[in-house]
Amino acid sequence: MSRLRLYQLAIIAGFILLLEGLCLAGVIDKVTMPPPHIIVRDFARMILAGRYFGEIGKSLANVLLAFAVAYVLGVAVGTILHSYRTAREILDPLFATYYAIPVFAFYPLFIVMFGLGDGPQLLIGILLAIVAVIVTVLNGLDRVPPVLKKTARVNGLNPLQTALRVTLPFCAPYLLTAAKLALAYAFIGVIGSEFILARSGMGYEISYAYTNFDNATMYPLILLILLLSITANSLLSHWERVLLTRRGQK
Amino acid sequence: MSATQVTLRGVTKVFPASAGGEPVHALGPIDIEIKKGEFFAVVGPSGCGKSTLLELIAGLIAPTFGEIEFEGRAIRETVPDGVGVVFQEDACFPWLDVWENIEFGLRQKKIGTEEKRRRAAAVIDMMGLRDFARSYPAQLSGGMRQRVCIARTIVAEPRLILLDEPFGALDQQTRLLMGDEMLRLWRETGATVFLITHALDEAAMLADRIVVMSARPGRAIDLVETGWPRERDSRIVEREKFGAMTSRLWKTLSEESLKTMGRVGSGA
Repeated sequence: MSRLRLYQLAIIAGFILLLEGLCLAGVIDKVTMPPPHIIVRDFARMILAGRYFGEIGKSLANVLLAFAVAYVLGVAVGTILHSYRTAREILDPLFATYYAIPVFAFYPLFIVMFGLGDGPQLLIGILLAIVAVIVTVLNGLDRVPPVLKKTARVNGLNPLQTALRVTLPFCAPYLLTAAKLALAYAFIGVIGSEFILARSGMGYEISYAYTNFDNATMYPLILLILLLSITANSLLSHWERVLLTRRGQK
Repeated sequence: MSATQVTLRGVTKVFPASAGGEPVHALGPIDIEIKKGEFFAVVGPSGCGKSTLLELIAGLIAPTFGEIEFEGRAIRETVPDGVGVVFQEDACFPWLDVWENIEFGLRQKKIGTEEKRRRAAAVIDMMGLRDFARSYPAQLSGGMRQRVCIARTIVAEPRLILLDEPFGALDQQTRLLMGDEMLRLWRETGATVFLITHALDEAAMLADRIVVMSARPGRAIDLVETGWPRERDSRIVEREKFGAMTSRLWKTLSEESLKTMGRVGSGA
């Protein structure tokens, strides 16, 4: 393990130890937050007892669905948009200001439009994720050397084949970055929506536990979301590193 | 050497004006005939439209006026079957290993998997890439990567190979070795080779015929026949005739280069 990695782990471990110390010393009172070792114990109990598995499954399925839709649509839109310069010049400034829009503000409107089911949650997840994917794909496609596109033409590839066999494979590291962003946004969108107005899901359970001072449920669920999100992100980052190493860029 | 393979008649290229600028008359009118199986070179001062000429013949861009024929058929903005191009820039696909890069040249060919494998293996041997078949381009030197690109071109068995300063980015000794390699491939494949270069000695050593282009807009101002035997290698640079040839090329070209520089100087 490299020195840098050791320092990084030391920072995380130090932070957890600090929390543990503050909790045990009573600086953070028990009603606000139990010490980390209690959270881990409650987390183990929750998992072993299989509690909330239905809720967890439902939320994760929605996160994955929002991610998949945003990712596939985003890559397709980004790829098509890249070949229409005028359309892109019109849309670029809109993309740049897109994240100034608080998508959550429209949640009540979406509920009026689509009801209190999963629809509005998925929509928010997709809306949050898709533009990050489009922008990242455009950014990657900008970096394809012209000589590779000429090579595709010399080899008789049509525009679709060129995208699938030359330009998108060249952008693979960008596609992975886009996947990381899309997944993070899908998590925020879906879980966040469940917090605000929903009748089921992890976000709903966290919010319910919060209003009932049920720390033995709330913190393990938060820990679970953290672990899932970080694991997915690390796997994608690892894949990205493998690709970059192969290309001699790291 | 007999039949004409490529004909350019009155070919002119004018690039449309970009925002606020004037249209650029890059090339022509130019007339060239390339014979089947010959090694043809084009030399010219930088910015004379050499690469534009190559892209026109490759069918990557269309001429503004005039026409280009390959084997009797007009070329217009599609790359004809039977034409291969090697560019100056590194055109290896970094996500594919050497073998996959070379097989890419066969992707659009309607031949069986077994036949593809056989042809790729043959070209890999021919280019001395056997030990690197499973390496990625990032692990190879610039010269080796250019070999991979040449292999990817010849695996498709083109009847016309266009080379756009393919050794421009390589060091001098690698250039000489690649020159010999090119001559060998030219003889073994029987293809026509059309080479764009700014290096006079490279043109004089490799080509049967050399066209010298003027400063922009590029026109053909001289045509030199080298008269080298088909069996030849870089040792011909030691011959007396080689010296005479390069000095003739240099005389024509230096006048043109001075014109360009003069124009830059007084152009304001």
